[in-house]
Amino acid sequence: MDLSVGEYAVGASTMLLILLLAPFGSAIILAFVGDRKLAPELNIIGSAATFGAGVGLALEVYFRGPMLAGGKFFFVDAFNVYLAVLTSFVSMTTAVFSRRYMRREREHGRVGHLGMRFYHAMFQLFIFAMLLCLLTNNVGILWIAMELATLSTVLLVSLYRTPSAIEAAWKYFILCGVGIAQALFGTVLLYFAAEKVLGEGGEALLWTNLAGVGDKLEPTILSLAFVFLMVGYGTKVGLVPIHHWLPDAHSEGPTPISAVLSGLLLNIALYALVRCKVLVDVSTGSHHAGSIMMGFGLLSIIVASFSLLRQKDIKRMFAYSSIEHMGIATFAFGLGGSVATYGALLHMLMHSLTKSSIFFTVGHAAQMHGTQEMDRIRGLIKGNPLVGWGMIFGVMAIVGLPPFGIFTSEFLILTATIKDAPYLTPLLLLGLGIAFAALVRRVQPMVAGPRPSYQVGMKPAHVPVILLMTLVLVLGLYMPQFLSAWFDKAVGLLR
Amino acid sequence: MNLAAQINSIFAALVLLTAFGMLVQRRMNGLIHLFAWQGLFLSASTAIVGYFASVHHLFVSSALTLGLKVVLLPYILHVLIRKLKIEKEVETIVNIPMTMLFGIALVIFCYHLTAPVRELSTLMTRSTLAVALATVMLGLLMMITRRHAVTQIIGFLAMENGLFFAATSATYGMPLVVELGVALDILIAAFIFGIFFFHIHETFDSLNVEKMARLKEED
Amino acid sequence: MSAPPFVIEIVQVLFLLATAPLFAGWVKVLKCWSQGRTSPGLFQPYRDIRKLFSKEVVLAHNASWIFRFTPYLVFGVTVLAGAIIPVLSDDLPLAATADVIALVALFAIGRFFTALAGMDIGTAFGGMGSSREMTIASLAEPAMLMAVFTISLASGSTSLSHMVKSMQLGPALIRPSLAFALLAYVLITIAETGRIPVDNPATHLELTMIHEAMILEYSGRHLALIEWANMMKLFLFMALGAAVFFPFGIAGEGDPGGLAFAALALGLKLCLAGIILVLIETGLAKMRLFRVTEFLGSAFLLAALGMLSFFILE
Repeated sequence: MDLSVGEYAVGASTMLLILLLAPFGSAIILAFVGDRKLAPELNIIGSAATFGAGVGLALEVYFRGPMLAGGKFFFVDAFNVYLAVLTSFVSMTTAVFSRRYMRREREHGRVGHLGMRFYHAMFQLFIFAMLLCLLTNNVGILWIAMELATLSTVLLVSLYRTPSAIEAAWKYFILCGVGIAQALFGTVLLYFAAEKVLGEGGEALLWTNLAGVGDKLEPTILSLAFVFLMVGYGTKVGLVPIHHWLPDAHSEGPTPISAVLSGLLLNIALYALVRCKVLVDVSTGSHHAGSIMMGFGLLSIIVASFSLLRQKDIKRMFAYSSIEHMGIATFAFGLGGSVATYGALLHMLMHSLTKSSIFFTVGHAAQMHGTQEMDRIRGLIKGNPLVGWGMIFGVMAIVGLPPFGIFTSEFLILTATIKDAPYLTPLLLLGLGIAFAALVRRVQPMVAGPRPSYQVGMKPAHVPVILLMTLVLVLGLYMPQFLSAWFDKAVGLLR
Repeated sequence: MNLAAQINSIFAALVLLTAFGMLVQRRMNGLIHLFAWQGLFLSASTAIVGYFASVHHLFVSSALTLGLKVVLLPYILHVLIRKLKIEKEVETIVNIPMTMLFGIALVIFCYHLTAPVRELSTLMTRSTLAVALATVMLGLLMMITRRHAVTQIIGFLAMENGLFFAATSATYGMPLVVELGVALDILIAAFIFGIFFFHIHETFDSLNVEKMARLKEED
Repeated sequence: MSAPPFVIEIVQVLFLLATAPLFAGWVKVLKCWSQGRTSPGLFQPYRDIRKLFSKEVVLAHNASWIFRFTPYLVFGVTVLAGAIIPVLSDDLPLAATADVIALVALFAIGRFFTALAGMDIGTAFGGMGSSREMTIASLAEPAMLMAVFTISLASGSTSLSHMVKSMQLGPALIRPSLAFALLAYVLITIAETGRIPVDNPATHLELTMIHEAMILEYSGRHLALIEWANMMKLFLFMALGAAVFFPFGIAGEGDPGGLAFAALALGLKLCLAGIILVLIETGLAKMRLFRVTEFLGSAFLLAALGMLSFFILE
């Protein structure tokens, strides 16, 4: 691979500016608007503007190739722009969903006046931090933005102020803080190695510069750095055995936050990890980093799928499912090769879309029953067809049934595994099989059967669920030419 | 070994000593004082490296550490524990000698881990990188072995101290924009844990995080 | 003019025997001043020893040979230790035969027999004192060895004379490893010589006494020897610390003229050491026994850190 600066179109991009300023500006505006009536609408408008800018940027990159902007401060290529579009899209659908959802929480008194102000402002700040993570060209800024993303969601997880919510948020804060500190040490080591080749100053930490000199970086230092980066960013990806914050944070926070944590934040952390892995692989000329990622990924798949069996809390269960899927993507990236990488990229996309949609239906189901305990959630189809069927389709998609998109990505990854690491195929299949059984066994009694007496009716947010599930279905059946070409480009970057 | 390296290694030794001190300190007040001392040693060491190696942005980093880790954060912590009326609190720690031995083992481990960097580096600060990593690891150990929210936060901040120290030792500091960003993150984190202390104290009537045990996997 | 080394050796031992009670008296005087009492004078320890020698020995019926033998052994071992530590001069023939590890072992033998003697009579106090003493010793000795190894590493030898010589020649700057070792050594000295906060040499309160409990049954010349040995032990720990960490003034090889100067320098150093010791003793309260493990744990930690920083930082 060759990513010398010459390949990049240099210049200021209006779209890039809007993409970053829209969420940041919205965060400030929403902090002032507070709990007024139009806050949720403003939230949606802000997110929509972000999404519009994301699409605009993607088109720019699609037609003009990768580019540098803001004096090398930002860079955009096929890999990060696809994640930026995905991030802005899912955050937009979440904003739409949260309008109805949070209004109901507000009416039921679970969130106060101040809480709502805080929720909207921090939601936008979180989106901003993730986009900054993706688009920055500086490894150090990436770390800072990642920490900012954690910090902005910590108090959202404890929004309900229940003992469990505070406990979950504390765990999230402490564990991610510890993890991310390791990543900073890894970054220091990376800078140490880069400085020797690229000279002192900020230039040595730019992805675009690093990529060009990958083979000149000291392999021993980079291997060491990768171990720290793996532990650090791996904590945020939620890889076993450093995943303990994830189920708690997902189950105790408000559902829109669970959706973006699961659908987006994990992806961003994985993005950071994959960028580092590519660099380390070029430097060491071996498969060292990939093997570590495969190990962590496989362990996550197995442990998470067994944990799925034991869950009683519905959001907690889907949180474990997220660990499992991030494990699959990590494993595939670790495996390397064009098929596996393509599969992993597709898997990140599909998982984001599906999992956020599932969390939307789960949020409504929990609101209808006033509990997140699966034993108390019954008769969803009778109670509300959209929630019931939404959950059925969502679970069918997430366990990898055709014709949904995850089937395609998992199929690709399996094929690559059979070819490159056949002895690991049984383990992978075992994890997938157990996850399948666990989820179907749990979800079937929740959706079927008569309505329980304590179930209350509600108006769910239709648009996001239908939109997301349609996308997952369509992409499973038919992959448009431009998307496929785009992924191929990204695969080219990561090989 | 020249003079600058020698002075720097004395400060490194002091940073390490305070890290161990925090690991076994029971009193909240003493803990915060030790943390402030560590910040001071770190800041002094950074300034000395900056002076002798004439890397001027290290002075900014040193001033940042001085302002943030020596003045502001200890002040905030003092105010918080006074408001929460826990400044006299004595934490029970189990098995201090074991913790110390484990800490010593960690230092040895870090020494071996940083060996390749030491061999490749030409900077006068190369030998202190092991101490920096050890400070990070000791902060981590503190967060694992201790059960008090304030202590865990101090462990977290001590880890950040170690990271700043590592940046100075390995590369004469990260680029300025990164160091400023990290400092900003720490500031936001301070704001958040301040809020957290009140929430935890309100909800659990104590800052002992052992009381938080609802979210365990039931087997 | 040059004196054969064995003369220097004898001079040093005599100096030790003569001045150890003086140092003990100095510490007592300081202690009295700090507490606002009138002191019994600098020479009270000499008077105590003379008085004890003139008294008759009372032995319990069931006392075995160990009980009678121990005072002589403890005294002899301490004098031997004094012969290998470069108190005044580093040109000691005996120091060549025994290094610092042997020194630690010498003290250990003394302690071992004291503990046996404490249990010999079979009284409750003796046994209690012995068990406490051994508990402390088991923690203090590893720490002591660690501290000593750190100094050996820094000076490249385990022979005390070599250590002192290389410390005298080495650069005057502070080395982190030696600073840690010094801190550890201070803590160990407090524990080994039975000072506050580990033990209180002036108490006979059954709940707290350690060393005094073991020698409770001794009287007459036996007690005199043990007390004298104890004073020498305190003196030697101080002198060893002074020799290794602040070797200024110690007479070199073939330089008997320096002995007087060395004695003067040592006197000054010990005066200061006594003041520091009393400051520590008045500043701290006696610890509960189970906190002593933490105290000595810190000593071990400091010594280990000294060793590590030798490898890491130097």
